[in-house]
Amino acid sequence: MTAALVQATYLTRRALDRAIRQPGHIFFALVFPMVFLFVVSGGLDRAAHLPGFPADSFLAFALAIPFVHGGLFVAINAAVELGRDIETGFLNRLALTPARSVPLVLGHLLAAAALGVGQALVYLGVGTLAGVRLESGLLGVPVILALAALASLAFGSLGTAIALRTGNSESVQGLFPVFFVALFLSSMVMPRHLIEADWFRAIATLNPVSYLIEGLRSLVIAGWDGQALALAFGCGTALVAAALAASAAAFGERMTRT
Amino acid sequence: MSGAGVVSVARGVAWRGIHNAFTNPALLVPALMFPMIFFVGFAGGVARIRQVPGFDYPPGYEAFQFAFVLLQSAAMGGVFTGFGIARDFEHGFARRLMLAAPRRSGIVLGYAAATMVRWLFVISVVFVVGLVLGMQVFGGPVDLLGLLVLALFVNFAGALWATGVAMRVRSTQAGPFMQLPIFLLLFLAPVFVPFQLLEGWLRSVATLNPFTPLLEAARSLLAGAPTGVGVAFLAVAGLVVALSLWALTGLRSAERAG
Amino acid sequence: MARDNSIHAEGLVREFKKGPRAVDGIDLHVSPGEIYGFLGPNGAGKSTTVHMLTTLLPPTAGTARVGGYDVVREGPKVRSVIGAALQEAALDPFLTARDHLRLQGALHGLPRAERKRRGQELLERVGLTLAADRKVKGYSGGMKRRLDLALALVHRPSILFLDEPTTGLDPQSRSALWGEVGRLAKSDGVTVFLTTQYLEEADILADRVGIIASGRLVAEGTPAELKAEIGSPSVEAIPTEAGDRPALAQTLERFGGSVEGPRGGVAVRLDHGHDLADVVRALDAEGLQVDNLHLHAPTLDDVFLAKTGHRLEGAAEEPEAVAS
Repeated sequence: MTAALVQATYLTRRALDRAIRQPGHIFFALVFPMVFLFVVSGGLDRAAHLPGFPADSFLAFALAIPFVHGGLFVAINAAVELGRDIETGFLNRLALTPARSVPLVLGHLLAAAALGVGQALVYLGVGTLAGVRLESGLLGVPVILALAALASLAFGSLGTAIALRTGNSESVQGLFPVFFVALFLSSMVMPRHLIEADWFRAIATLNPVSYLIEGLRSLVIAGWDGQALALAFGCGTALVAAALAASAAAFGERMTRT
Repeated sequence: MSGAGVVSVARGVAWRGIHNAFTNPALLVPALMFPMIFFVGFAGGVARIRQVPGFDYPPGYEAFQFAFVLLQSAAMGGVFTGFGIARDFEHGFARRLMLAAPRRSGIVLGYAAATMVRWLFVISVVFVVGLVLGMQVFGGPVDLLGLLVLALFVNFAGALWATGVAMRVRSTQAGPFMQLPIFLLLFLAPVFVPFQLLEGWLRSVATLNPFTPLLEAARSLLAGAPTGVGVAFLAVAGLVVALSLWALTGLRSAERAG
Repeated sequence: MARDNSIHAEGLVREFKKGPRAVDGIDLHVSPGEIYGFLGPNGAGKSTTVHMLTTLLPPTAGTARVGGYDVVREGPKVRSVIGAALQEAALDPFLTARDHLRLQGALHGLPRAERKRRGQELLERVGLTLAADRKVKGYSGGMKRRLDLALALVHRPSILFLDEPTTGLDPQSRSALWGEVGRLAKSDGVTVFLTTQYLEEADILADRVGIIASGRLVAEGTPAELKAEIGSPSVEAIPTEAGDRPALAQTLERFGGSVEGPRGGVAVRLDHGHDLADVVRALDAEGLQVDNLHLHAPTLDDVFLAKTGHRLEGAAEEPEAVAS
């Protein structure tokens, strides 16, 4: 157990080193979601005047978006790196060491979660500077960070499953539009009860990303909403569990070491 | 001889770009998916915003968003070309093109031509989807032709921008530098509501944004009530001239680098 | 108890899914401390064999024991006694050499102090001290291969697998790598299993050579033994006057049987007991003048030709994809 922890630590550290040494990726994953937040909030500011809108400012309503949006970016990057490790034979190099299977897979994933948390701190800071108040107070911060990490893990484990199944980074990059769709076909920019198109509202209701966003949002605009938080953690955990199971199966086929 | 040289080079490069785009789902699918995601996500998810007092656009919110998606996909289609050029440099293929082509400005034209063909396919699909979703188009054939030409200019401008960046950086690390300025131009504009309903900092920025008159003109053409179209064409023509210089000086920079 | 650092394989087979056998029944034995050269063209099955012996790929049939451990049933134990530098350099371009060595050491369970010390020792040994803190993406091919070798040695393995370690390297880098491999075997007693498509590499470096073609071992022995199987050297000569060719042929055929020679020239394989001096004396006696006179000793390529009907050099078909 101790050996596995040490291995996981070093493999996560390697993944983090690698991510940090590609500042273009870090910059994009950090900045783009914030730019998106501000332009969308600026453009949809009037929506806060709609009857039944749950927040006084659209910015407060939308602050949940970058935690998931940013988590998506770091997760895709992590899975792409795993794909590259397979393509270049680096995974084989690691497989020739005593490293256990679980740390081999989790290195990039845990790095993505760590980066997701780091980004979340930045988004919180920026949101606070822009005048958003957390209704859940300071105690809400660790919960927000936990949900941000969960979002990174959820997308990341799906990407990991694809990387292990296909063995190449391009297939993982092809996932990005799919995740983007999941983000958009959710309650990302409008509360579900205010979505006009029935078909869109139905999709958003079935979409687990909606619940991740709504859980995060509840901590910002509502305070402590047990149901929203339970759904957020439940959906996120279920996604991670399912994707990790798929990853384990794919890993078993990919890693043929005896 | 020199004219024929440019055309034949452009034709060759364009053929390759078109061939690769249509035989490689990994290249075509993202170009198709992103406009679709924005269109469906915004038209479907945000439509309630049209209930805000002062929102007056007779064709409806689907057409309102289609105008944005038309120009957004045109501009970003150009950026995708820049990704392709950067990849070509990384893999050494760009050097092969530069060695083989007697008139290298034809290379730039060829990439841009391939971009336009790909975009025409993409926007046709998005248009059909819009009609299926109930989009109403009030503009006549002349209006729609004007809209198409305007968008083609935007596509060309996007391709020239991204080409200039790609030729200077010659690496896929240039991706964020290509995308972010275009993204900002696109979204710091009246994306979700008409210009007169924008408030605060976004209104100030949108006033200065050259994309705003393009977007407003596009919407007016779709509504069959062309307004500010001349200004829009002047603006985009100016962009094309300036960005042509940007792209060609980028080409010279790539030549000097060898 | 002394460590067993031998390699033993019996009937090793690896099949492609719905395809030909990449490895088709290989038997081999590598003695402790030996450098064994596994020679063959691209696509012959070299890398697939290495992947099986290093536990990365289970054999479809047959058995193998590496370091005394069964490659299928005792994979982790095999990995604890082997080091491998595979065909791809498999390095992370964003890490430095020192980062790589630290990671490798940590994964092998070396304590922190030992990791640092061992890393520094290996950097000095492979000549990467000055570049140790630069990212690998700026390294030349030779530097990457040296780092690859260093990483394979972090945990002091008793058996080393090198899969085409000098492909793409310049002569100087190749020579330096050979020197290091030779030293590992002779001074440290490491058993080295080396795959190569370069005749010279096998000839100079290996104690014994196994020649593989189409997944089968077609010849095995020391380079000298293999070449001696083919026979004695041949002599080639091109006459100064083209009209002298028949007379030249008659003279040379006194010393051995005729073989395919250069265009416009004559070649014979020398019979036992004759040498080049005999040929020169005979040519002088006959007053025959020649422009070129070569003594051509058999090479491993000649061995390959004799065993397979093809030359090894230029026999490359497709790049070897490791069967999975």
